[in-house]
Amino acid sequence: MAFLTALLAGALFGAGLLLSRMCDPERVLGFLDVAGSWNPALALTMAGAILVASPAFFWVRRRDRNALGVATELPNRYNITKRLLGGSAVFGVGWGLSGICPGPGLLLLTGGSVQAVVFLGGLLAGFFIAAWTKAPRKSPPSALARTAS
Amino acid sequence: MTPELWHALIGGLLIGAGAAALLLLNGKIAGISGILDKIIRASLGPQAWRLAFLLGLVAPAAISGLGSISIEASLPVLGLAGLLVGWGTHTGSGCTSGHGVCGIANLSPRSLLATATFMATAMLTVFLLRHVLPAWHS
Repeated sequence: MAFLTALLAGALFGAGLLLSRMCDPERVLGFLDVAGSWNPALALTMAGAILVASPAFFWVRRRDRNALGVATELPNRYNITKRLLGGSAVFGVGWGLSGICPGPGLLLLTGGSVQAVVFLGGLLAGFFIAAWTKAPRKSPPSALARTAS
Repeated sequence: MTPELWHALIGGLLIGAGAAALLLLNGKIAGISGILDKIIRASLGPQAWRLAFLLGLVAPAAISGLGSISIEASLPVLGLAGLLVGWGTHTGSGCTSGHGVCGIANLSPRSLLATATFMATAMLTVFLLRHVLPAWHS
């Protein structure tokens, strides 16, 4: 059951990436090129996606359960850290260099191009490097850290 | 509206429907970088839904083809871009789907700030590549 619903959800999402042309790196770069011949179409994509997803999040946030009555915890909404901002800034540079973010990157793989394979290889390597170089989270707080916080 | 704009809008509605379905039926966030990251690094916990979501995600493109696409970056730039996207989305805990769609739909200030940050640096990168570097070279 969980497998089938996730498959359906993924198919809806993937059809949206395809139809909106979010999977075309040149289209994405045209959207990001605000100082050039800016193509605002993908702003509609983002707005449409948020519009449809919002009621679902509102519903689950109110009840702490999903539609099937299973306890569902949403991510913390207020935990703003240097890691969040630094990571997001670096992600944006990679997105701007290529016009590819993770979802479209996976779609591009179905075209079987060397470019898609190289991007995906870099992406996966980036995951591992970030995981290995992450400072341990649960080290006991030092006297300095306690003072600072 | 032109057909291009209609496709962009309807595509967005489908993306939102996919995110809503995963939340309502699976109780999970449709954050693609996190889903891929956790599968690849073989995190603990149930993986089946993650695999199913990613299979579903690529199915429409695999069945109908990608249509006309163009990737203009060179291979070294694509490899570097992938590395930055992987490192950045792991460290920042999300990408365009997790922060940009799900997080903003959840009215999360954290995700709104993350989205504003990666949009800004992406636009700045494109600005430098397309408008500053060429002028410098000529």
